[in-house]
Amino acid sequence: MPTLSADDIARLVEPDRVHRAVYTYPQVFDLEMERLFGRAWLLLGHESQVRNPGDFFTTRMAREPVIVARHTDGSIHVLVNRCAHRGTTVCESASGTARQFVCPYHGWTYATDGALAVVPFADGYDPPAAGRSDLALARVPRVDGYRGFIFASLAGDGPSLLEFLGHLRTSFDDLVDRAPDGQVEVAGGVFKHTYRGNWKLVLENHNDAVHPAFVHASSIWAAREQPKADGDGYAEIAVRQMLQNGAPAELWEGTGLWAAPYGHSFMGDYHTDDRLVTALDHPVFREYRAALERRVGRETATRILGVSRWNSIVYPSCSFMSQFRQLRIVQPLAVDRTLVSAYSFRLAGAPEQMFRDTVAFANVVNGTGSPVLTDDLEVYERAQHGLTSARSDWVFLGRGRGGDQPDEQRTWRGKSGTSEIHIRNQLEAWVQYMTDEP
Amino acid sequence: MSGPEVDRFLYREAWLLDHGRLDEWLSLFTDDAVYWVPLEANQSEPFTTGSLIYDDRRLLEIRVRQTKHPRAHARVPAPRTVHQVTNVHIVADQGHELTVTSSLVMVEYRNERQRVWGGLVEHRLRRMDGDLRIAAKRVDLINSESELDGIACLF
Repeated sequence: MPTLSADDIARLVEPDRVHRAVYTYPQVFDLEMERLFGRAWLLLGHESQVRNPGDFFTTRMAREPVIVARHTDGSIHVLVNRCAHRGTTVCESASGTARQFVCPYHGWTYATDGALAVVPFADGYDPPAAGRSDLALARVPRVDGYRGFIFASLAGDGPSLLEFLGHLRTSFDDLVDRAPDGQVEVAGGVFKHTYRGNWKLVLENHNDAVHPAFVHASSIWAAREQPKADGDGYAEIAVRQMLQNGAPAELWEGTGLWAAPYGHSFMGDYHTDDRLVTALDHPVFREYRAALERRVGRETATRILGVSRWNSIVYPSCSFMSQFRQLRIVQPLAVDRTLVSAYSFRLAGAPEQMFRDTVAFANVVNGTGSPVLTDDLEVYERAQHGLTSARSDWVFLGRGRGGDQPDEQRTWRGKSGTSEIHIRNQLEAWVQYMTDEP
Repeated sequence: MSGPEVDRFLYREAWLLDHGRLDEWLSLFTDDAVYWVPLEANQSEPFTTGSLIYDDRRLLEIRVRQTKHPRAHARVPAPRTVHQVTNVHIVADQGHELTVTSSLVMVEYRNERQRVWGGLVEHRLRRMDGDLRIAAKRVDLINSESELDGIACLF
């Protein structure tokens, strides 16, 4: 396999275009696992998934299978899921509660902080294996949290989590501040959808305001053709979301789109529907607003509900919808294979109907069988297929270029909501990670 | 317990799906019907846990209509399917409604890829004007909790 120098990599990205190798070359992917996913802060989950000592869930960081566990002292550890003896995984459950992790092969047993607790036939080793710190489960070196969200980095040093998140902190604030009781929790199950395409395609799409009218043309049309229904039944949220995807071009153009350091971005909201936007007037939201006001007061509640965001992307691991209580964690599996895990959040203290609406919204936006999401996945696969062509090496990313303006908190604002600023910004960060040779 | 009337109905439903006769398939459902493919094993309800598909009649009509749009990217061409329905049991007969369980093995083919699905199915069938109609259909896929590519077929 040819090695790529920093100069080779830097040449793959130009101000308004990117070489298809970035999406298709296995050697680029290998380097990404090492230099990008092996360094950046990755979002792994939320504290509510490990509420009590012994609670754990398993996930992946780059190519590392990891266990996120709450230890007996309350601390959260991220442990590499690999027995120090012969390499077997010590936990195959997606989540659960455990006093310890026991290797199925020879019974090596680890505490929930990774310490080696029991080794059968320990005296066969010199020095004896029991309790040896060099035979613990490897710990991911940096673990930190923000507003209950658990992040970790496979690199021993680098920017702090707060520095890394920068202005994107306000998107997590937006999600959590909306909870009348000040807490959010993961609930409602996890959609795990995969596609045969590079991981960048989903992160580029989520703040792409031009795609809905084209990618979702069929579900927009099908929803428009549906006779209006009486009442406020289960389908209402889904139908309204499909219709909102067909918002007029001026609305997309006028939506704010901001890019931030480290490849992050967020988009202002394009929703104008009073059944979908909590700040607008609807009986469910009136009850919710009253609950929020009881905790924070009217003025603060108005400020919280006045924040209007669609997708926030924390590069390279997640995309979330603070206002709609959805989180997508993106995991690259191969250069042309990606897993997206979609979670919903319950706002503590909010009316139960709001969580039911969240689930209905999740089904249409993130559901693996959704009439909307399936068209996104299809288009990612077609992009990957088209990029196998060597007829042209370049992907064009010029929309809005030249019109991006510096804005507050080290952000840049796109010329309009349909700018491709977020993709150019992601690739700028990509070059920085990838050309930083160890 | 089984019965030739119920068997014929389920085979007819599978035939309509496998021959792309989705409007006729839709007409098998009652106005208050639900079509449900749960996300989780043993999922008790669809309102506080997500679903791979949970359609009331309105959403099911939208889902079927979508396939007719020329730019229904994931559905044109339509996935080809073969539904194999077996182990049919009438587990409850309340006269006007029957609860029927069956096993489904379905092969799906689209764009150079073939997938095999396995599911346990429960129909709630209602007698209306001498015919059976579907008041509820639930399909528990054995791999519903796994990593899945997009689902644009009907079970």
